[in-house]
Amino acid sequence: MALRELKVCLLGDTGVGKSSIVWRFVEDSFDPNINPTIGASFMTKTVQHQNELHKFLIWDTAGQERFRALAPMYYRGSAAAIIVYDITKEDSFQTLKNWVKELRQHGPPNIVVAIAGNKCDISDAREVPEKDAKDYADSIHAIFVETSAKNAININEVFIEISKRIPVADAVAETPGRGFKLGRQASESRRMCC
Amino acid sequence: MNEEYDVIVLGTGLTECILSGIMSVKGKKVLHMDRNPYYGAESASITPLEDLYKRFNLPGNPPESMGKGRDWNVDLVPKFLMANGQLVRMLLITQVTRYLDFKVIEGSYVYKGGKIFKVPSTETEALSSSLMGIFEKRRFRNFLIFVANFDENDPKTLEGIDPHKTSMRSIFQKFKLGQDVIDFTGHSLALYRTDDYLDLPCNEAINRIKLYSESLARYGKSPYLYPLYGLGELPQGFARLSAIYGGTYMLNKPIEEIIVENGKVVGVKSEGEIARCKQLICDPSYFKDRTKKIGQVIRVICVLSHPIQNTGDINSCQIIIPQNQVSRKHDIYVCMISFAHNVAAQGKYIAIASTTVETDNPEKEIKPALDLLEPIDQKFVSISDLLVPTDSGTDSQIFLSRSYDATTHFETTCDDIKNIYQRMTGTEFDFTEMERKQQDIFGDAAE
Ligand SMILES: Cc1cc2nc3c(=O)[nH]c(=O)nc-3n(C[C@H](O)[C@H](O)[C@@H](O)COP(=O)(O)OP(=O)(O)OC[C@H]3O[C@@H](n4cnc5c(N)ncnc54)[C@H](O)[C@@H]3O)c2cc1C
Ligand SMILES: Nc1nc2c(ncn2[C@@H]2O[C@H](COP(=O)(O)OP(=O)(O)OP(=O)(O)O)[C@@H](O)[C@H]2O)c(=O)[nH]1
Ligand SMILES: [Mg+2]
Repeated sequence: MALRELKVCLLGDTGVGKSSIVWRFVEDSFDPNINPTIGASFMTKTVQHQNELHKFLIWDTAGQERFRALAPMYYRGSAAAIIVYDITKEDSFQTLKNWVKELRQHGPPNIVVAIAGNKCDISDAREVPEKDAKDYADSIHAIFVETSAKNAININEVFIEISKRIPVADAVAETPGRGFKLGRQASESRRMCC
Repeated sequence: MNEEYDVIVLGTGLTECILSGIMSVKGKKVLHMDRNPYYGAESASITPLEDLYKRFNLPGNPPESMGKGRDWNVDLVPKFLMANGQLVRMLLITQVTRYLDFKVIEGSYVYKGGKIFKVPSTETEALSSSLMGIFEKRRFRNFLIFVANFDENDPKTLEGIDPHKTSMRSIFQKFKLGQDVIDFTGHSLALYRTDDYLDLPCNEAINRIKLYSESLARYGKSPYLYPLYGLGELPQGFARLSAIYGGTYMLNKPIEEIIVENGKVVGVKSEGEIARCKQLICDPSYFKDRTKKIGQVIRVICVLSHPIQNTGDINSCQIIIPQNQVSRKHDIYVCMISFAHNVAAQGKYIAIASTTVETDNPEKEIKPALDLLEPIDQKFVSISDLLVPTDSGTDSQIFLSRSYDATTHFETTCDDIKNIYQRMTGTEFDFTEMERKQQDIFGDAAE
């Protein structure tokens, strides 16, 4: 079965649950005492989509976004971006719109955008109506779901929706501009380069 | 930012970002700021193209023929990585390489008598090269075989010479190599910038040629590598490393003052706030008073709509014009990359010519290189001062990096990094210092 590597990056305010979503998706667990992210940066998980395997290379921000110093490298070559807000924090929904603008400016042109309204398990404290978010997502043609990393609601679904929206692999059109990763062994690099 | 840090770093050039990464990995609390809204400082790749036009004060916008501005990532300082070089080692040890994709530069050329020739670096290539006559070829081939077998610790391979005494000039004489062959061997294989090496013991030169061949052997076409999206990806990669280890990043921060008390740095003031620190690393532009000018480099960025003539239409290459060929003291370099590296719009090429300035008419000095590139769609000329620190930092704890020099490689940059590291910590730089120390990338094992 063909394996495709798909880079996915996470964006959103601090504390909205980006790392928790990744953690739930990759490890199927939840840590209520998770720390603001420094350290975690990169996780992978492979899922099947039709007759392909999609290996998600998931980039979590490393704190650079806190002072608006996210490097363009972060978006480079991303197949998809998941922008997360916290349904109990109106502010986090407002900054989401800035992330969308930022992506338009610096992200790849055909990037798939998914909007995740996280912490839907505590909808008593809700500040952002689901419909507002859904309307906004529709207006920018983004995937939209409300999620809970805590109760494992809609987490896998986000990635399934992303898989569906990734254009079918076109082996011929993909070649230009492809490089290789440096490896410790020369022979390996050579194998990958050609 | 009203806090106390171990190290504050100003400027996000490659040198600063690598040092920032090393310090964060070592557990230091690092604050890293740049006055510009982008990463890379002098070693940035400028995007979109409109910004390059502004930076060079060209009137108006780029013409439509240049394609989409966002497709461009134009390096300010042209350099390549040696496949077996120190920078590659740093990338591998820190695993920053996982953030980057590379391509091999497709060919290396040398200038002779107004024309360019592929640099022959293997026996087979030497024998088919049009750079040399038939007898010269045989002699050069013998020389290459000697170099390949050369092992300073194995007398059988030395053919009676003393690696630490015999001069390189005598080695060339021993193999009866002519001036042209000496020129390209010294400047395109051993990569010397001047001819001073000729009268030094041959050990270093021979080992440089060996390294060239070994780097070449890794990828086949040339010993040089280039990262997709431009060299500006390198500082960004190391900045991410630093951030992963807790480094704090701020761009677009005007630096109002570097605060020094009793001769020692205590902090940095930006937008009215003071961040305190024990040590400061910065590029020369943040503290010009403590630098001196040792020369100038001219760099001419040229946008082309065609590959360089006589290179067989390849989309990346390096050309070295040995100083002898154009009656100069310093070599002239051309680095060419293209749309194939995601640094230019479809069908466009970027060739950057550079050299150390020797006269008061630098544009004339660099003309032999530009003549090889014609027709040129657009030129961007810069002449930059080469600044070096006058303050070693011993007392002030302020550590300034050097400007990027005319060499089109990272050797001197890596040396500068090791040197600053030593001055900051009092211990010699060891590559393993950079090794990631925590379980920072879970889920990423078994590739
Ligand atoms: C256009 C062009 C011009 C160059 N001009 C010069 C020049 O004028 N002077 C110069 O010294 N280098 C020159 N170089 C090559 C440069 O040495 C290498 O590109 C390389 O050093 C950069 O790799 P690095 O920064 O990854 O590691 P480096 O730190 O540069 O390399 C690791 C070690 O290998 C040594 N080394 C690097 N390259 C060679 C080589 N080819 N042969 C033998 N030993 C080597 C270095 O001295 C160093 O100690 C040039 C390269 C290019 C592409
Ligand atoms: N109730 C609830 N809490 C959640 C959910 N997801 C995350 N949290 C909590 O929200 C807090 C922040 O979660 P993180 O995953 O660290 O958020 P982040 O977006 O990665 O934050 P930064 O790394 O600081 O940018 C933690 O206390 C989590 O336990 C959720 O679905 N429901
Ligand atoms: Mg996080």
